[in-house]
Amino acid sequence: MQTREEMLRKIRLNKPERTSLPANIRFDSQYEDTESKFIETLTAIYTEVVIVKNWEELAVKAGELYEGVVNKATTIPELNIWADFSLNVADPHELEMIEILILKAEFGVAENGAVWISDNYLPHRVLPFITQNLALAIPRSAIVNNMHDAYERLTDTTGWGCFIAGPSKTADIEQSLVVGAHGARSMVIFLVEDF
Amino acid sequence: MSKTIMEHSEASEVFNRDEPYVDWHDETLWFVRQKRDKSSKLLPEWEELRETASQIKNYVLSAMDELLVQFEQKAKENGVHVHWAANAAEHNEIVLNLLKQHGITAMVKSKSMLTEECHMNEFLSKNGIDVIDTDLGERIVQLRNEPPSHIVLPAIHLKKKDIGDLFHEHLGTEAGATDPQYLAEAARQHLRDKFMTRRAALTGVNFAVADTGAFVVATNEGNADMGAHLADIHIASMGFEKIIPKQEHLGVFLRLLARSATGQPVTAYNSHFKKPREGQEMHIIIVDNGRTTQLGRADFRNSLKCIRCGACMNTCPVYRRSGGHSYHNAVAGPIGSILAPNLDMTKNADLPFASTLCGSCSNVCPVKIDIHDQLYKWRQVLAKGGHVPQTKGIGIRAMSMVLSQPRFYQWSGRLGRSVMRTVPFMVNNSLNPWYKQRDMPEPPKESFRDWYVRNRKE
Repeated sequence: MQTREEMLRKIRLNKPERTSLPANIRFDSQYEDTESKFIETLTAIYTEVVIVKNWEELAVKAGELYEGVVNKATTIPELNIWADFSLNVADPHELEMIEILILKAEFGVAENGAVWISDNYLPHRVLPFITQNLALAIPRSAIVNNMHDAYERLTDTTGWGCFIAGPSKTADIEQSLVVGAHGARSMVIFLVEDF
Repeated sequence: MSKTIMEHSEASEVFNRDEPYVDWHDETLWFVRQKRDKSSKLLPEWEELRETASQIKNYVLSAMDELLVQFEQKAKENGVHVHWAANAAEHNEIVLNLLKQHGITAMVKSKSMLTEECHMNEFLSKNGIDVIDTDLGERIVQLRNEPPSHIVLPAIHLKKKDIGDLFHEHLGTEAGATDPQYLAEAARQHLRDKFMTRRAALTGVNFAVADTGAFVVATNEGNADMGAHLADIHIASMGFEKIIPKQEHLGVFLRLLARSATGQPVTAYNSHFKKPREGQEMHIIIVDNGRTTQLGRADFRNSLKCIRCGACMNTCPVYRRSGGHSYHNAVAGPIGSILAPNLDMTKNADLPFASTLCGSCSNVCPVKIDIHDQLYKWRQVLAKGGHVPQTKGIGIRAMSMVLSQPRFYQWSGRLGRSVMRTVPFMVNNSLNPWYKQRDMPEPPKESFRDWYVRNRKE
């Protein structure tokens, strides 16, 4: 407690004269078509975008994309027949076996390809990271232009959430890009019309 | 670690011995700078964004105490434990005690320059705690027993052959392997095992949000999340300047951060931690370690606006040609050179001189820190405080004597030119620091002044 008081005392003593916050902190991004921009951005960051009409069509597409893969998991009840790995585990370490995971998420951001996912959509926070491959499904209509719009939309009050943009990557070895560092090795975004 | 510290100029000399290597280092970083340019130019509002970010950070400096108190209150309401640390030693003790309370002897850590600044790994290791750095670049330098050379690209000073040799020795990869894909895969397997078995995770903090009590951690690899979501206890360490007032301000900063750092539109993972998951403990350590002092230095306080993007390093002609380790400080490059003297003026007196004052750092800074002005101002402070080495003082005094006396200046110019023409070996030798890595210019026959005087007469 003593340290806290001492730090705050020094800050009060040393801080500069009060300034005010800028009146405007948001800027509009003008895109001809938000969805095309979103797809273009995601393609550039090694992510495939698949547009589907409904969950049945998504199940068919998933069957094609991940044919022959075992340890498939999902949080989407309509895909339960497709999945063969239950997320009903007590210890998140047990999720390490998952090869492909399809999750519901909330919305996307066109300028950077990020998709918001949070505790609202997840039984375990580690899921989008521990899986070998990841697919996120969002409503086709849920794409905003930029991060200002994103935070305006974000009313999520859960304990944890994340903007995920593309698969996990690193360029730490001589600046050569390697996709699949610690998290997902591949990423697919499903845009679902009847979500 | 008991090696005596080489001054920046000396260390750069060593770095510059291998010319093709220096060229490669220089070009690699310049390439990152170019990616930043390309990415920033796609946003017409880029300059306004920088100005907005700068104003938000100015406000933060002026309301620091209130924002920290607000953040603490919100975080506590969210079920997060908040600790305050006056210095590196207190920070390290807090971490050690938390681990001891849980009987934990091994921890994973994602990138945190603050823990580098606090030399936490060494301290914990002396106290029987095994710390594994999980960012690939950081793991590489950790295995080599050296600090990161860049805050965003920790292993940027290494060639893939160095990393291949290192992994062969420590991770058992094939001898002579240099394929980045193969080497990164080996590291993935090696570190997955650590993630699966460690019960504690420490992360840094990119932004702490006062109005929600949340903190944001950005990575490309996903290592911060892998660590934090699997561990029983998550410790997040932050310098107090990481605070921002509102969640919506993240819109401004996240648009600037990755574009400035690597040219990406955003990092792959931007995780907002607010509450611990069920059964987990979450701790935040708010660290001072000299920051309150820096806040009181009117000329230097706005160095605390830094969001650690590394753009100033990538653009700096001195950093690119001298390497991060030459700066002997956790944060290298231009920003490191204005932060370090605050921590220790004697030890870091050389750093503000490791610059040409070209101003490129200030031009790329996403929060508009006047880095090159501060470098210049630190020189005055350090010289006045007697921290500048004598030889530099003699040189500066000699120069001021010559420049303040026009006749003497004319005479010495003439003398210099004639020496360079008639006995060039007098300047083209290793005793002349200007001759290092470059040839001396052809001396002109007459000075501009002589030419001017002559032409005026005609």
